[in-house]
Amino acid sequence: MSVKTMNVQEIAKRVVNNEDLFVLDVRNEDAFQDWKVEGENFNYLNVPYFDLIEGIEPIQDQVPTDRDVAVVCAKGGSSEFVAEQLVEAGFDNVYSVEGGMKAWSEHLEPVKVADLKDGGELYQFVRLGKGCLSYMVISDGEAATIDAVRMADVFINFAEEKGAKITHAFDTHLHADHISGGREIAEKTGATYWLPPKDATELQFDYKPLEDGEDVHIGSSKISVQALYSPGHTIGSTSFIVDDQYLMSGDILFVDSIGRPDLAGLADDWVGDLRETLYKRYKELSDELIVLPAHYMTNDELNEDGSVGKKLGELYQDNHGLNVEDEQEFRRMVTENLPPQPNAYQEIRETNMGKISPETEKKREMEIGPNRCAVK
Amino acid sequence: MTDIKADHVLDAKGLACPMPIVKTRKEIENIEGGKVLLVEATDQGSKADLKAWAERSGHQYLGTVEEDDVLRHYVRKASEGETEEDVSFDQKVNNDELKQKLDSDQVTVLDVRESAEYAFGHIPNAISIPFGELEDRVSELNQDDEIYVVCRTGNRSDMAAKLLSEKGFENVYNVVPGMSEWDGDVNSQ
Repeated sequence: MSVKTMNVQEIAKRVVNNEDLFVLDVRNEDAFQDWKVEGENFNYLNVPYFDLIEGIEPIQDQVPTDRDVAVVCAKGGSSEFVAEQLVEAGFDNVYSVEGGMKAWSEHLEPVKVADLKDGGELYQFVRLGKGCLSYMVISDGEAATIDAVRMADVFINFAEEKGAKITHAFDTHLHADHISGGREIAEKTGATYWLPPKDATELQFDYKPLEDGEDVHIGSSKISVQALYSPGHTIGSTSFIVDDQYLMSGDILFVDSIGRPDLAGLADDWVGDLRETLYKRYKELSDELIVLPAHYMTNDELNEDGSVGKKLGELYQDNHGLNVEDEQEFRRMVTENLPPQPNAYQEIRETNMGKISPETEKKREMEIGPNRCAVK
Repeated sequence: MTDIKADHVLDAKGLACPMPIVKTRKEIENIEGGKVLLVEATDQGSKADLKAWAERSGHQYLGTVEEDDVLRHYVRKASEGETEEDVSFDQKVNNDELKQKLDSDQVTVLDVRESAEYAFGHIPNAISIPFGELEDRVSELNQDDEIYVVCRTGNRSDMAAKLLSEKGFENVYNVVPGMSEWDGDVNSQ
């Protein structure tokens, strides 16, 4: 009995285009509640596969026959097991999601954000499964990554396809919610790895300190990547202004929310910095800059082309986190009622510092679950 | 923790989800109620899944020991009647009464659950003699001691208390319900 499969590219396409899908998630209820494939027009049924070992009778009447059904599990084995039984029961609209949530978590959807001067290009890599955003600036055979996530080869191969060599790998800060791919990219390509020095005090490997005002040029057409010290999420957090038009805000400012300062347990100390960055430093910048953050929270933030980004001027109008006049209220907002810490955030930080070097499988597990680093 | 006793072993190493649970479900059918099955698996997801599956199907998930990338899951098969309130031995105390005794007196706690159940959590200093072995090992206990017999729900300990009483033990008490609702100190080994 062969079961039709659906790959995560297809699911990504349906998310971006707001297409229809019925998701039958056969993982544990806890896992499903914590984290699932999110789509505007998706419907869900969650029944663990071990309730279906005897047969699919418990769900037979709940699975639709007139639309595509994607069965998803952790890695793709149990979804195939359940899909097979559905096919045997006569369903011909059922697909098993290849690689399951593991593959979904690792899928990166490259979206071209802009053409830069002299043939340069700017790409955003949307990690739909976790809400992470990474960037690549390409210019004249050279490329730079910003906040590249763990799947380093995706960036290396993408640059290669574009005929470019990665020469710089920047991180806006020491990440606590996902494993950075910056170090691996640097090791594999010879690129320079940059990190703000205040976030790098415990770093166990070579890096170049990213100081405020640093201006790195990519390719001979000299697309400028300017560093702007903007602390608050971490003490070192630094933003980039690319080609005088794009503001990579890291985890400081998102489209519909702002960063939170507590990941290293220093919420109270960093609130002042966060306030200063959002209400002063960023305010001095041009309203016309397009803000390109390192995360997004819900699919509502996706633009029509699947990218995430908005003009700074519009954010100052619409983003609640930028419009809290009262300092005390702001302090309360970013220090109280915070969402739970990301899974394994301490281990993730230590991995990004080079203090521990878990196997790939272990790294995958550390990243399981949703992203939780912004406050509304 | 490496020598926790199991009555049956299922090798599910190298198998990916869903096979560890599918095989466990099949294997447990061949096992007598109340016996302990050890499932050895390498799939990390098997832990949460096995626990959730056991809870749904009424079996007792005891715990998991991870060693050299092998997850050793211990499950005790549900046994008929164990959850029923069927305790007839007349000398009995509740959990709180036992807790007070532990604070004050020098008393003996006899844990008659399977050794794997004991290994994953027991009252400090409790003596472990599974009910099935009690008749042969009764000489290990002192007839003059005040003995509190504990199991998971009060059922096996009821039978054990009766057995000890028949053997001439007079200061024997059944602890009801026992470990299922024990909120005092616990050791594991």
